[in-house]
Amino acid sequence: MTTATTNTSADVSDSARGIILGLLAGILFAAGLVVSGMTDPAKVLGFLNIAALFTDAVPGEWDPSLAFVMGGAVIVTLIAYRHTQPNGNHKDALKTSKPWLTNAFVLPNRTDVDWPLISGGAMFGVGWALGGFCPGPALAAWTTNGDLVWFVPAMLISMWVSSRIKG
Amino acid sequence: MHPFLQATIGGLLIGLSSWLVLIAFGRVTGISGLTMGAVQPALEKRTLGALLNWRTAFIAGLILGGTWFTGVFEVSTAMPARTPGLLILAGILVGYGTIRGSGCTSGHGVCGLGRRSARSLVAVAVFMGAAMVTVTVRGLMAGGAA
Repeated sequence: MTTATTNTSADVSDSARGIILGLLAGILFAAGLVVSGMTDPAKVLGFLNIAALFTDAVPGEWDPSLAFVMGGAVIVTLIAYRHTQPNGNHKDALKTSKPWLTNAFVLPNRTDVDWPLISGGAMFGVGWALGGFCPGPALAAWTTNGDLVWFVPAMLISMWVSSRIKG
Repeated sequence: MHPFLQATIGGLLIGLSSWLVLIAFGRVTGISGLTMGAVQPALEKRTLGALLNWRTAFIAGLILGGTWFTGVFEVSTAMPARTPGLLILAGILVGYGTIRGSGCTSGHGVCGLGRRSARSLVAVAVFMGAAMVTVTVRGLMAGGAA
């Protein structure tokens, strides 16, 4: 029986099937970003301009649209992750379940709030407000917004630098 | 279509894409993490063949789909006037910050909140708060379009 121990449930995430599914998921994600207005910096900055609700000293008006984007997306992910605990584990009923293309679910399992989370988040927030793009929309609008010729390479290089420093 | 309805539909599509990634690959759909995960194998192994993975395919779909749908729906992606210097600074902050903070709007926002992660909730509050303060300060300074 020793010959029968070959891996019957290999990770085939990067197989042709995985490549096609990945491509489809990326296209679907892009459709959501474009339809929702996330790739329109005017809408993003309009949402972030919440102070305009409270004072005339801040120009412009508040555009609540993006709250609906996050609401719509999180309704779906709350259902998608309903059997998953915040520490990445599956609830008992689903401990034996597997994704289509690989052996196990590999989800974030940290629950601590540390300094890099706070400082990194703050840096990201300031950059998001200055540029009007977060990473997904920046990539989705890369070919249609000439200004992203500056933003996206700077973002990609600093992602790489950041991951090298983080180790 | 009412803008709020359109925003909700777009959000549902983003959620469905994240669901597909979860059931197919067993992973969260965080764009900053996916982007690094897409190129890291090629950087480490120093072979172009390592670029052929599901994460690269996702990013390719994101760029191709973005190009296509922006044309189909005639959506504006134009940003208010920005100097190249400011755009580079913004890109550096977004790139460095999302990796340092372990996620962006998708990883901490869409997926983290869906996973009911308190850590992600804190991250979302921090980056949303920082972004709102920045827009407010710029608005006060400029007295014009933020």
